Amino acid sequence: MAIELLYFARIREAIGRSAETVSPPAEVATVAALVDWLAARGGGYAEAFADRARVRAAIGDGFVGPDAPIAGAREIALFPPVTGG
Amino acid sequence: MSAAILVRVQTADFDVGAELARLEALGGGGVASFTGVVRGGGGLEALELEHHPGITETMMARIAGEAAARWPLLGVTAIHRHGRLLPGQRIVLAAAASPHRAAALEATSFLIDWLKTRAPFWKKEHFADGTSRWVEARAEDDAAAARWEGGGARTGETAER
Repeated sequence: MAIELLYFARIREAIGRSAETVSPPAEVATVAALVDWLAARGGGYAEAFADRARVRAAIGDGFVGPDAPIAGAREIALFPPVTGG
Repeated sequence: MSAAILVRVQTADFDVGAELARLEALGGGGVASFTGVVRGGGGLEALELEHHPGITETMMARIAGEAAARWPLLGVTAIHRHGRLLPGQRIVLAAAASPHRAAALEATSFLIDWLKTRAPFWKKEHFADGTSRWVEARAEDDAAAARWEGGGARTGETAER
């Protein structure tokens, strides 16, 4: 299942790109599992996701928690806690 | 009461007077507003604001709609800039018009608290010595946003009676 990933802010810079298409294996069922799977690539991915408490996600147009299922998601954004306003 | 909701995400500056005049024209009582401005000092040269263009406006509209659902508002305005901003330049405008001042003031406070914690923007500070760093989210901001978790207005409804 191909998923479009979007990265923002510190996470985008650590990974070195703002978007990519990935096809995680079926056992990667949640946002947390997706982040683990990405971090296992090492390098910038490991750096981007080193502190799991500082990773947030959005599926579609809503923020979701780490336990959110990713089945059926076409686009998932991964980013640090927001700092606007 | 159905509120006129205006949400914009833009690189350009906004005219606070014109935005407030629009809200004032909705029938009064009162208009409250908060303007966020880039804080200078500490060698800060510029603030860069990144956002998630696909969903920012939707999420801001949801926050504005939530304010209109909680307080008796005539209008809600939320404008947020992105891109490179200099110290003293405006970042964000949150404003609300209501027949009652408590509702306008509280809705404005709610809007900025939730924009800070629930709209997908990230600030990066650029300093005169060439260094830069991402602003970290602050626990105080989460605590401020959490004050409104209960779902209802705090005293805006009381002011109605």
